[in-house]
Amino acid sequence: MCRTGRQPDPHEAGDEKAADAAFAALLEDSAEDLYESAPCGYLSTLMDGTIAKINTTLLNWLGLERQTVVGRMRFTDLLTVGGKLYHETHFAPLLRMQDEISGIALEIKQDGGGRIPVLVSSVIKYGSMGEPLLIRTTIFDARDRRAYEEELLRGRKAAEEARKQAEADRARLQDALAVLQQSLLPDTLPQVPGVETSAYYHTASPDRLGGDFYDVFPVDGKRFAFFLGDVCGKGPEAAALTSLTRYTLRAAALHDPEPVSALTTLNKVLHERYSGSGDPRYCTAVFGTLEAGPATGQTTVRLASGGHPPALVLRADGTADYLPTPGGLLVGVLPEARFTTAATVLSPGDTLLLYTDGLTEARTGKDRTSLYGDDGLLAFATSHAGTPPHAVVQALTGLLDSFGDGLDDDTALLALGVPASHP
Amino acid sequence: MDTVRRNNVTVTGNPQGRPVVLAHGFGCDQNMWRLTVPALAEDYRVVLFDYVGSGRSEPSAFQEDRYSSLDGYAGDVVEVCEALDLRDAVFVGHSVSAMTGVLAAGTAPERIGALVMVAPSPRYIDDDGYRGGFSADDIDELLASLEANYLGWSAAMAPLIMGNAERPELGEELKNSFCATDPEMARVFARTTFLSDSRDDLKQVAVPTLVLECSQDVIAPREVGAFVHRAIPGSTLVTLDATGHCPHLSAPEATNEAILKFLAALR
Repeated sequence: MCRTGRQPDPHEAGDEKAADAAFAALLEDSAEDLYESAPCGYLSTLMDGTIAKINTTLLNWLGLERQTVVGRMRFTDLLTVGGKLYHETHFAPLLRMQDEISGIALEIKQDGGGRIPVLVSSVIKYGSMGEPLLIRTTIFDARDRRAYEEELLRGRKAAEEARKQAEADRARLQDALAVLQQSLLPDTLPQVPGVETSAYYHTASPDRLGGDFYDVFPVDGKRFAFFLGDVCGKGPEAAALTSLTRYTLRAAALHDPEPVSALTTLNKVLHERYSGSGDPRYCTAVFGTLEAGPATGQTTVRLASGGHPPALVLRADGTADYLPTPGGLLVGVLPEARFTTAATVLSPGDTLLLYTDGLTEARTGKDRTSLYGDDGLLAFATSHAGTPPHAVVQALTGLLDSFGDGLDDDTALLALGVPASHP
Repeated sequence: MDTVRRNNVTVTGNPQGRPVVLAHGFGCDQNMWRLTVPALAEDYRVVLFDYVGSGRSEPSAFQEDRYSSLDGYAGDVVEVCEALDLRDAVFVGHSVSAMTGVLAAGTAPERIGALVMVAPSPRYIDDDGYRGGFSADDIDELLASLEANYLGWSAAMAPLIMGNAERPELGEELKNSFCATDPEMARVFARTTFLSDSRDDLKQVAVPTLVLECSQDVIAPREVGAFVHRAIPGSTLVTLDATGHCPHLSAPEATNEAILKFLAALR
């Protein structure tokens, strides 16, 4: 209100009169009537529970006449049997010990057989000598509240059920994913004459299909082929791409095991499959062949790379070096792609190591801001040069574990070596 | 685990006196005996405890399978007696605890030399030729009552049970803080109590026994008191002029008098 002058408000006098009338009406409301018609039940009982006084509201709820209740019934007679049990085991002892009790949920029986959920509070009234005289009780109709609480309980039970169901679904899904993931990788590597093989696959997240892959398999009487790579992305789409890549490379190698030919076939297949899809996908891969060399105990490696990190060669004499394959294009991006080739000879004690960039891009350092990097890997490889493939893979597995949460990508490792103790 | 801590054992009264173990029934804890302890304290060594799952017992000690039978509760009694190395104790059990005492006295006769059964019932549900006062449906209704008072419990009691010391205002505000019980554990105790049948165990009682019943008790009506008295050879039956199931709270003087008279006669 915004009054500028001090003129009396024309309505002020009238308002005062109305308020006075309202208060007068209130004063005429007798305590007796307030008791009888209160919006809650009132009950007074002797200490043994015999009902001494009861208000009209409660009698109406019960559907009983005053004369059948007062002096003739006990408070517990108004309750259901379960309520009686609760009264005797909880309500009455607590009331005795605390002199009051409040908000206990019980049900009262109606004369017609119905029940009303109520909330009951009681207090003991003491006489001047401190002796307990009677129990005063108020009873509130809790039908709406109880219905609401039951809804809450039902809701909680339903949520509990849903949570259990979701957990079961999740477990089933993880099982299915594990089976699918397994189908993307060989169960075991084949026996390659004169060559020891070892592989490891680190899954960054158990419920996300990874996109790394590797394989070793025979292509003709004298050669074995191997490959290792990394598809872009993660999840089901990446897994589908991995699957297509793996089986294309295997089929292509049977047709022509030349590394560049195999990658070229893969490039065509992936480009055809994904270039028009609006969801271009590609991978990086190293594909190679192993062939027993001219001298006994030697194996010739010929490989080609499509955009993949260079392989490492760990020599028996304790040295290690990258086998560079610069300039190779990602597989599947362009209709025609150039791939870079390289070759080396593994002598007894030498090991060829292929890996995916989960290893070199692991985050290290206290704040996880540095990358493990090519130099780190080269130093690590040098320190393990001369050890057999399984020992190299084991050491790298330990290294991966040591990265902890710094390793957030899938990582594949494949080591191929000529045993040092070759006869 | 240390039994004394597990069962929140309290020892008071006369250290030289004969031990009297006071055992609460379903629905409350050792606080139930607050009006009994002063009457006994001068002459007797008074032992109070909470069954696992009740009062301030150690919640982590609760095992549903153990406490789904009265033997589990009787095990608590025997273990408390052992922990204090009680011999020839008088066991005072209220309601279902009276039956727990019968079982414990059978297992460890050297520990328990006399029984006081306050408002006992060996079976609450009616059976062929036996009137316990309740039907199986009634017991379900009680379980529903427990559940209906669950919501209030969780709001008011959970912080206390969880030991939330950072909210001291709760201590001030808490109503019904006696007899606080985790509702899940209370449900197990309720089922064990009201679905048990220990009628056959009564015959085995071989120690002096006082049966205290109330003149008006919904839970253990007089015919049940008479049944217990008849079934235990040589037992004494005293009917208290009291209403309800807890004469030690509603008629403490008469209850104490009856217990003291029985104890005096044992000497």
